[in-house]
Amino acid sequence: MSTKNWPLWEVFVRSKNGLEHRHFGSLHAADAEMALENARDVYTRRNEGISIWVVESKDITASNPENNGELFEPAQDKIYRHPTFYDLPDEVKHM
Amino acid sequence: MKENLYKYILGIADNSLILGQRLGELCGHGPSLETDIACTNISLDLFGQVRSYYQYAAKIIGDGRSEDDIAMLRKEREYVNVLLVEQPNRDFAYTMARQFLFDVYHLLFLNELQKSKDVTLSAIAAKSIKEVSYHQRFSSDWVKRLGDGTEESHQKMQSAIDGLWTYTDELFHQTDIDKIIVSEAIGVDVTQLKETYYNLVSELLQEASLSTPESKWFQKGGKQGIHTEHLGYLLSDLQYMQRTYPNMEW
Repeated sequence: MSTKNWPLWEVFVRSKNGLEHRHFGSLHAADAEMALENARDVYTRRNEGISIWVVESKDITASNPENNGELFEPAQDKIYRHPTFYDLPDEVKHM
Repeated sequence: MKENLYKYILGIADNSLILGQRLGELCGHGPSLETDIACTNISLDLFGQVRSYYQYAAKIIGDGRSEDDIAMLRKEREYVNVLLVEQPNRDFAYTMARQFLFDVYHLLFLNELQKSKDVTLSAIAAKSIKEVSYHQRFSSDWVKRLGDGTEESHQKMQSAIDGLWTYTDELFHQTDIDKIIVSEAIGVDVTQLKETYYNLVSELLQEASLSTPESKWFQKGGKQGIHTEHLGYLLSDLQYMQRTYPNMEW
């Protein structure tokens, strides 16, 4: 059996309630159902998750690294846009 | 009395040990990274269950034998697993068909074992049910995918089902010890599971565009320790370390 023709899927896992799904990695699968099962086996074997999303990699529109200059650099020197002047209370987690 | 219960537990646990070892052979050799991990996950689930059974068996027999001794140091004739689980991984269709034919039985069996008067066995069953439900879901999906897939995958899955069919009836045979333990409300009367089993299996095969074999010629012997030629090779892999370096640990 060859996985050569299986599309690539991106896997997002929520590790506990209240947290967002985070990108965990990618895998091959023939369809969404198989992608979920594979994700369960590949990424949540050690109790890492309570919820899984999978999405076919081709459905993700990604920014082009070549455009990084125009997309991201203008923000770098606008220090007043960065929330770095606040002290976070210890009680606030996951920021 | 305790000898009977000990043997009864081996009758349950040996199936999982041998099937777990078969699946473990795919570690690093699965058809794809994803299915490789899935099969070895199932293998580890089964080994986990086996440990609970053998630990309990060792405690019952109480003569200093450990769970490892029970798993690693018996002779071929002393293993009482069914013939189905010792069949080799001929190809992925065969591996999944074997898994499916066992999983359907395994889940029915555990559902009943959960009602056992023996609290340890009932607890092991309750804990294993979630794992085995997933195994069945995984193997059923693959039977459907391959059965309902391409012409080649259909043909491979059909020949796997046809080839393994002869080992299914043995799942529902009762040994003399089974009968005694069932009469004590500890064991599961497997003869009662047979009809449901074949209905569930046929239903899924139909869904998978596969035909249910009509053959009525069945193999047996595993439960009496009379095995196919495949078990000896499996055991020589399984037991190699303990036989070569007795009592080694890591």
